[in-house]
Amino acid sequence: MAQHTLSVLVEDKPGVLARISALFSRRGFNIESLAVGPTENDEISRMTIVVNVESSPLEQVTKQLNKLVEVIKIVELDPAASVTRELVLVKVGATNENRSEVLDVVQLFKAKVIDVAPDAVTVQVVGNSAKIADFLKVLEPFGIRELVQSGMVAISRGSRSISERGKPVAVPVPRAAHA
Amino acid sequence: MTEQQGSGESITGAQSLVRSLEAAGVTDIFGIPGGAILPAYDPLMDSSIRHILVRHEQGAGHAAQGYASASGRVGVCMATSGPGATNLVTPLADAHMDSVPMVAITGQVGAALIGTDAFQEADIRGITMPITKHNFLVTDPAEIPTKIAEAFHIASTGRPGPVLVDVTKSALQSTTGFDWPTEINLPGYRPVTRPHAKQIREAARLILDARKPVLYVGGGTIRSGASKELATLAELTGIPVVTTLMARGAFPDSHPQHLGMPGMHGTVAAVAALQKSDLIISLGARFDDRVTGNLDSFAPGAKIIHADIDPAEIGKNRHADVPIVGDVREVLVDLITTLRTEADAGNTGDYEGWVQFCAGVKQKYALGYDKPTDGGLAPQYVIERLGVISGDNTIYTAGVGQHQMWAAQFVNYERPNTWINSGGLGTMGFAVPGAMGAKVAMPDQTVWAVDGDGCFQMTNQELATCAINNIPIKVAIINNESLGMVRQWQTLFYNSRYSNTDLHSKRIPDFVKLADAYGCVGLACESPEDVDATIQKAMEINDVPVVVDFRVHRDAMVWPMVAAGTSNDDIKYARDLAPQFDEDDL
Repeated sequence: MAQHTLSVLVEDKPGVLARISALFSRRGFNIESLAVGPTENDEISRMTIVVNVESSPLEQVTKQLNKLVEVIKIVELDPAASVTRELVLVKVGATNENRSEVLDVVQLFKAKVIDVAPDAVTVQVVGNSAKIADFLKVLEPFGIRELVQSGMVAISRGSRSISERGKPVAVPVPRAAHA
Repeated sequence: MTEQQGSGESITGAQSLVRSLEAAGVTDIFGIPGGAILPAYDPLMDSSIRHILVRHEQGAGHAAQGYASASGRVGVCMATSGPGATNLVTPLADAHMDSVPMVAITGQVGAALIGTDAFQEADIRGITMPITKHNFLVTDPAEIPTKIAEAFHIASTGRPGPVLVDVTKSALQSTTGFDWPTEINLPGYRPVTRPHAKQIREAARLILDARKPVLYVGGGTIRSGASKELATLAELTGIPVVTTLMARGAFPDSHPQHLGMPGMHGTVAAVAALQKSDLIISLGARFDDRVTGNLDSFAPGAKIIHADIDPAEIGKNRHADVPIVGDVREVLVDLITTLRTEADAGNTGDYEGWVQFCAGVKQKYALGYDKPTDGGLAPQYVIERLGVISGDNTIYTAGVGQHQMWAAQFVNYERPNTWINSGGLGTMGFAVPGAMGAKVAMPDQTVWAVDGDGCFQMTNQELATCAINNIPIKVAIINNESLGMVRQWQTLFYNSRYSNTDLHSKRIPDFVKLADAYGCVGLACESPEDVDATIQKAMEINDVPVVVDFRVHRDAMVWPMVAAGTSNDDIKYARDLAPQFDEDDL
């Protein structure tokens, strides 16, 4: 199965996340990663959803997503033409003996120490999935005590924006009573 | 920002709700009051809207469905929070499956109590998310008019469906202004109704090139009001027509091009036509498993033109060679224009051999049934006579099971919106409340609920509603004292071991007495000689509901049948009898 990254623009309204996650589960899909946050338009939120599916069921779930009234737009991002980032905070063992080794790794990956304790450091790293996997592999021997990872966020390369506003539609004139 | 018009005077949220419903054109509501919705019932007393007090919220929901299906107007039901709202779950799911335009209004506990497991609290918005087209929770009274306007817009446009509006008691009790919106802003909701010209040309080309085409007509044709256009296209091209369970009445049964209903209990001609065709023109149908049988062996030689207003239906079950997103009526109008132009230029399809083949199968394997040898009553006979005596202008509703299939098979439907049933969800108990709703919407038409003895016992409490509110429906109970369709499967697939399908309904309850107790006229009939007279008698009573207990032979089975999961090629027109096709004709 192939990995697909969907950028979904939704109205920022209560319950939207529940609708979307329930739709995936109802149609038998596992969400690999999900990130939600505000956009340049404060009425619109953007979700980045990563799923592992074949393309034909993906088309079906995309169509079903599009039917949700609060979903404004869905774009599947082409991995070759987009940038993806995840953020990891990781607490790793670091004693006086090996702290400098840990810091070497941190520097190598352009990560950042954000907290220091006598026997541990907490490190922040930002990157794509491959970089993060490599980073954690190298840190592993020092003892990873705690790890938290964000969902992936992604954006297309180039100058085009995926956002656009929908046009308002007119309310139907109230129907007359019994014809 | 939404543009608004209105008085700006100070009223309660409850008054705003009732005024919004009036502004949306509502004339009838089916419902039951209770704690959380109670504030709305006070202004409702002074409203022009007729509120029909039902006996169970499920009845309110199915009545709203029957009302909508009979009239094309949005059906409305109302219930309180918690159990009132959860009792609407079945009708909402039913309306969702069958694309019925419907708005359900529910009361919710006060905003401050949400999430506290308060008395009669249920997260009905969460519960109904997967079974509504959309739903709202309204906590701010100022939002009531906008949400009601949006609800009616969403329910009635695009692919129709149910919308639930859950309003907190606190919003109903607060003071607010009333501003009915003149515009709606739903940036994520833009249904496409106009078909793409290129797809229409491509479809026309396939139609002209085909040798064995079929018009596969689904419920979307009824919902879009496209019967006239369908008849025009069918007659222009001469292509044979099949109408699904949801589309019975979309094309006249008396029309020579009509091959009947396809599917598990469809006619041999309709099933064979789809199966052997080289082009299926699907109009508002969704290739449901009950139509296709085993999908891999369904219509193996057919290309597919799939027209539907819902893009998610296209290609869902079967690949579409020509997908057309659009309203069926508009698709038909454009196809007719294109094919007329072609015809004027001398291009018409050559379907002669195919049409003859289909007509031959239709004649050879016409629907039929065996009369019981013991002089008992055949259920099919009852339904056949009902259709003949009651006539074309009658609306029929049904429950789910054998009686439903027989009603779909043995009544001749000549016009749309005269056959109303629960097709997708298969909800037993739909018939009586469905008929009640249909009769309220169309008081001048005769409404027959064709029901089973099992189904009838699930929702017959609404007879009280009908009797009290002057809603004189007629109910034909096809009483075979069993859960007949389940029993049929037990006969065929479980060695006639009848586990829990015997209802003893010829003994308990006494349906005639029950009808009488509900203020209805109760009649009974158990011999073929009395059928016509009994139906005539029921037809003459128009001031109160009538219930007829037709005590029929219990071993009758629904044929033809394509057993679940098998191929349409394995259709049997009676037990162990497979049709023989003279394929040399093709």
